[in-house]
Amino acid sequence: MSAPLLSVKNLRVTFPTAKGPVDVVRGVSFSLGRERLGIVGESGSGKSMTGRAILKLIRPPGRIAADEMVFDGLDLTRQSERQMRAIRGARISMIMQDPKFSLNPVMTVGEQIAEALQPHRPMPRRQLRDRVLGMLEAVRINEPERVEKLYPHEISGGMGQRVMIAMMLIPEPDLLIADEPTSALDVSVQAQVLDIIEELVTGKGMGLILISHDLNLVARYCDRILVMNGGQIVEQCAARELDKAEHPYTRGLLAAMPRMDEDREELPVLDRSAWAAT
Amino acid sequence: MSAAIQLQDLDISYGPTKVVHGVSLAIAEGESFALVGESGSGKSTILRAISGLAPDWTGAISVQGKPRGHAPDREFAKTCQMVFQDPYGSLHPRKTVDDCLSEPLVVHGIGERDARVKAALAAVGLDQRFRFRYPHQLSGGQRQRVAIARALMLEPRILLLDEPTSALDVSVQAEILNLLKRLRRDQGLTYLLVTHNLPVVSFLCDRLAVMRHGRIVEIAPVEALRRGTLHDAYSRELYAASGGTVRIG
Amino acid sequence: MSAVREWLLDDSPSSRLQASFGRAWRMFSALLRNPLAVAGMLIILALIAMAAFAPWIAPYSATGQDLANRLVPPSAQHWMGTDELGRDIFSRVVYGARITLMIVVMVAVIAAPVGLVIGAVSGYFGGWADRILMGVTDIFLSMPKLILALAFVAALGPGIENAIIAIAITSWPVYARIARAETLTFRDAEFIAAVRLQGASAMRIILRHVLPLCASSTIVRVTLDMAGIILTAAGLGFLGLGAQPPLPEWGAMISRGRNFILDQWWVATMPGFAIILVSLGFCFLGDGLRDVLDPKQRENR
Repeated sequence: MSAPLLSVKNLRVTFPTAKGPVDVVRGVSFSLGRERLGIVGESGSGKSMTGRAILKLIRPPGRIAADEMVFDGLDLTRQSERQMRAIRGARISMIMQDPKFSLNPVMTVGEQIAEALQPHRPMPRRQLRDRVLGMLEAVRINEPERVEKLYPHEISGGMGQRVMIAMMLIPEPDLLIADEPTSALDVSVQAQVLDIIEELVTGKGMGLILISHDLNLVARYCDRILVMNGGQIVEQCAARELDKAEHPYTRGLLAAMPRMDEDREELPVLDRSAWAAT
Repeated sequence: MSAAIQLQDLDISYGPTKVVHGVSLAIAEGESFALVGESGSGKSTILRAISGLAPDWTGAISVQGKPRGHAPDREFAKTCQMVFQDPYGSLHPRKTVDDCLSEPLVVHGIGERDARVKAALAAVGLDQRFRFRYPHQLSGGQRQRVAIARALMLEPRILLLDEPTSALDVSVQAEILNLLKRLRRDQGLTYLLVTHNLPVVSFLCDRLAVMRHGRIVEIAPVEALRRGTLHDAYSRELYAASGGTVRIG
Repeated sequence: MSAVREWLLDDSPSSRLQASFGRAWRMFSALLRNPLAVAGMLIILALIAMAAFAPWIAPYSATGQDLANRLVPPSAQHWMGTDELGRDIFSRVVYGARITLMIVVMVAVIAAPVGLVIGAVSGYFGGWADRILMGVTDIFLSMPKLILALAFVAALGPGIENAIIAIAITSWPVYARIARAETLTFRDAEFIAAVRLQGASAMRIILRHVLPLCASSTIVRVTLDMAGIILTAAGLGFLGLGAQPPLPEWGAMISRGRNFILDQWWVATMPGFAIILVSLGFCFLGDGLRDVLDPKQRENR
């Protein structure tokens, strides 16, 4: 394989608190080709912070430090805020958890998607509209001409998330970071949305970082998995070998999930002392 | 045999829109019953109608043989309590755990509060040092334990559980599910659980009803779920989307 | 000292008392970290001290006339000069602190609880109760505060008690609005639903569960409004409808000094300074309190 699309070495995110600085991400290193990488962990594991740190979206007083954070030859640690703005959206996109909070309530769906493209690639109005309609079709929205004119409150959660995906993918970025893209959605819609993401990502040869708390979901849609706990990566494995995971934390998580054909009287509970010492 | 909860031709409306249509159900004493479905299927609304939080319904609801009124009332409070989904929203932010657990005792004029609060904390597996903490000093799992303890303060026979673990991490969910299972076994409680998570049903329940667009499409024993032999087409769809392997035939 | 601190900051308090003291201490120390709030607190403490120890602080009587020493400019004998009847202005300002403090406290004690309860009841029940109560509130809100107070004083007759009543009547609607808005945000919250399901009465829910949550934003608002209350009282005094002579009310003092403003500037200016300083003190404290009590506001900045 050639040079990776993204390479992160010893990434740290620190927040000052009353009791001194706290590292929420503690020395995370990984590299990513044009593949689908899943980051799983429970709340507070630092998985979302890792995703945001790549785009340098940590708000002050939070601080990012890394030995290396190179995206397609660009050293992200050295980019100014202005340069980062040109990268965000155009080259690296991010999908957030809840479309309700990410869509502007007073702009139509079509306008917002166009807005996502326009600053990066100025083009005539007609052509822009064609691109928007094409993108809506690509995220499997029927009747894109009708949907384009709707406001966010007039569409369902699942459709809202598909609009978000359209917005994020229309500038044709090289890397998509999806942070819990489906956890606000119903199970049947979840699969639909993830199928669309997967199809577009593999179709365009992009890289994908899928951040989720759901081990099964990540295992189903990714090639490789990083398991995070307490701000560190505790395990890396290929998605299809998840059931052979070795770290007690990963094994504990897998065992703690109830199964469809559950016959255990009691679910095994994570014994946090087992690896906390290491 | 009198049913713990009996619903007969229940229609529930929110304002002008009807969200539950003609639901009839009987849940036996000591049974653990699940209502499953996607958002908007009306499953939570049924819980709210039983508890009195959604007063706009027609039909009949009876709990332990007694017909229910349309609002919460003091006597009903002692037979049936509810645990909510969001552990961050269900505890008063300015009240300590102790205040929260004492409140039902004060309302009902029950004595020996100190001993009862201590016993309740022990029953849900919380250390006594949590007693005077505020909710913001607790984790999500600890808050949900407090919420369960609060629901048990009046020693009800029936617990209505509204997605009690869906806001929690997997490892914490396992702890809460174990706790709910143990409490039911020890105190002989009847559960009516609302969830979208089928594996949770498989772990905690005896029977389930699948709901869609405000109607029950199928009532099945939990074995049908475990073996993947649900009959209704929509139930099977839901089962497949939740990661179950559909068996043909 | 450090043992007390540790007791206050204990993560696992062992009694109700310790828990609430700990909470109060955390807020207080957060307030101490805000320099403006500390300045505001110092000013208000000074005001309280002045009011409490007025007879010991003031070098002269507040009402004793000395016609031989009329309109003396500020000097070592009379720090702020004397007025047209030869009364020492500094002493009058010191005694005036009592009146100002009384007005402020009385208005807060009357207006804030009334507004809180009306707002909480209105927000919690909704429907007709809400429409009627908020209708009344809106009628009061639609009239300028000072004019309304003037009308009340004109009807009740001039005097400090009536001024207090008039100001209280004009200030509760704001608190009712705030309390209602706050109540609406958590009326449908699950923790309120949970106490309803335990069989608690509406009265109990409003008093024990709703009001404590409205209290912090109301306290902030009352503190910020204090400046306005002082100014309204001073305005009434200035128009001769508030405190009556010879009471050393600051607004009335400015009014008397108006006649000499060009030649004997200190007569009107000294009480004016006092009003500005105390108003500022309350504003600073209010801003600080908002940062501590109302974290939502902080994030918006």
